[in-house]
Amino acid sequence: MNLALRDIRHRAGRFVLTAVGLSLLLGVVMSMIGIYRGLVDDALALARAPAAELWVVEGGTRGPFAEASRIPRDTRAAIARLDGVAAAGAVTYQSLQVSVDGRPLRLFVVGHELDRPGGPTAIADGRAIERSHFELVVDRRTGLKLGERLRLGTDTFTVVGRTKGQVDSAGNAVAYMTLSDAQKLQFTLEGAAARNQAARGESPNRQQVNAVVARVKPGHDPDELAQSVRRWKHLAALSQDQQESLLLTSVVEKARRQIGLFTAVLLAVSTVIIALIIYTMTMDKMREIATLKLIGAPDRTIAGLILQQSLALGGLAFVTGTTLVTLAAGVFPRRVLILPADVAALSLVVLTICVVASLFGVRYALRVDPARALGG
Amino acid sequence: MTHPLIRLRGMAKHYGEGATRVDALRAVDMDIHAGSVVGLLGPSGSGKSTLLNLIGAITDPSGGHMILDGETVYDGRWLRRDLRRLRLEKIGFIFQFHNLMPFLSARENVEVVLDLAGWPAAKRRERAQSLLDYLQVGDKAQAKPAQLSGGQAQRIAIARALANNPRIILADEPTAALDSERAAIVMDLLRKVAADQGAAVVVVTHDDKIMNRLDVIHRLREGVLQSPEERT
Repeated sequence: MNLALRDIRHRAGRFVLTAVGLSLLLGVVMSMIGIYRGLVDDALALARAPAAELWVVEGGTRGPFAEASRIPRDTRAAIARLDGVAAAGAVTYQSLQVSVDGRPLRLFVVGHELDRPGGPTAIADGRAIERSHFELVVDRRTGLKLGERLRLGTDTFTVVGRTKGQVDSAGNAVAYMTLSDAQKLQFTLEGAAARNQAARGESPNRQQVNAVVARVKPGHDPDELAQSVRRWKHLAALSQDQQESLLLTSVVEKARRQIGLFTAVLLAVSTVIIALIIYTMTMDKMREIATLKLIGAPDRTIAGLILQQSLALGGLAFVTGTTLVTLAAGVFPRRVLILPADVAALSLVVLTICVVASLFGVRYALRVDPARALGG
Repeated sequence: MTHPLIRLRGMAKHYGEGATRVDALRAVDMDIHAGSVVGLLGPSGSGKSTLLNLIGAITDPSGGHMILDGETVYDGRWLRRDLRRLRLEKIGFIFQFHNLMPFLSARENVEVVLDLAGWPAAKRRERAQSLLDYLQVGDKAQAKPAQLSGGQAQRIAIARALANNPRIILADEPTAALDSERAAIVMDLLRKVAADQGAAVVVVTHDDKIMNRLDVIHRLREGVLQSPEERT
């Protein structure tokens, strides 16, 4: 006879309400893990988008994401000629904010050369950029529709395609345009600023890019190629693995630690709360526990009653919390990425927490004197 | 004369030592036979609850010798390691406030003892129902304790006490929460149980209205058992 289940059924309303309260807490834990995963995935998404294996940036820098990097545009041709390089493309990166229907929209603009590495490898809707000017591929997260026109700098662009899940490490949606459009957008000044630049005898240098990305021929090692590029002292080179590792250890490291610490605190709070709930539930059953002991129930029956209730509470709260977060993931301003492995890991953590939390209740219950069942 | 179901010799219980020592029970000798309903009476602090706890293997005695249902269970020390198992096998308890599990139905409250004793589900259901029928509350099998009157709840509690066929029933103020009429019914049931099951029923009570339903009365005063009063 399962006493724990029957007791839960008897106090179903209270039990479910408690579990729902706890589920919100575990939901926050799950969402923190999801936000962290989303942060990492977002940070890597931009670096993975060009499907490159080699990143060539300004010498002495760790660009283009961790540090600013500027190299001559013709570096691309030099890299492309290297033995082992299949294709190379120059890219620029810049953040900008525009207004769409009165609302601010932050974009991370990637300028790339057509038919060369650097552009998006997958288009979710529409098509890739085909014309040399004034076409945009944006991420769905911008809310922009295919065919929609957008004023950027001095020109008007048309959205011809959309990507999915392309954001920068800050969560801003990515927009792709041709390299020449991006350089014009980056270096061409408007109105008074342009006149001031002309009066000073300066002209915009559009022959700078932020990086050159390259794909490597089969049978060649990206690390060896990177080593070769580094011999040119004015350039630095990173393999894709190094670029991703750099992003994780520099760009998102503090956010990762912050979220990790917060998650640990939340798990500790969850443990304390589950322990308090189970302890209170045990105290409420003190007379029943004393009676059970008096009529001959062994300790394992008493401990089982408390442990099973703790696990049921944690299990229900975990399932509810995870379901809530999964359903609400789209509402969060940053991406919340719920991975099956994280769900499995958290379920094990919750299981452990429930067992630990129930120990206080079990300890109390095992100390209850059966004589307390007697008398008023 | 048959052997008593409960035999106590020199049973004692004291708390503390030296100047702080309090003797709750002093060298109690007592025989209780099958089929009898015995009352333990005395003012508060006289030791009657302590005596009930000693017979019920709830409290450790300070000395003496105790035989329950033919088995020597205490002889200066407990001779069984698992006292809960001893209680489960030999003793049924009835409480002042019935102490039914609020989350179990009436029948499940009876079944719980059988479950602890390892009975299979079908047999314990059958046994529980037959006990409820015997105590004339068979129609309340599915009711939760909160849906029962005080008298009905106490009958369910008696059924639970009888579930595992114990030959010793210990009742702690079983009628204290009942009116005269229901108290009389409960005591008649306990007499019936004693007669039908060949059980010894020990009742701790203050309740004057049930005195005429006790076979023997043992009075305690400051831990000392007085001479028994035969009522029949």
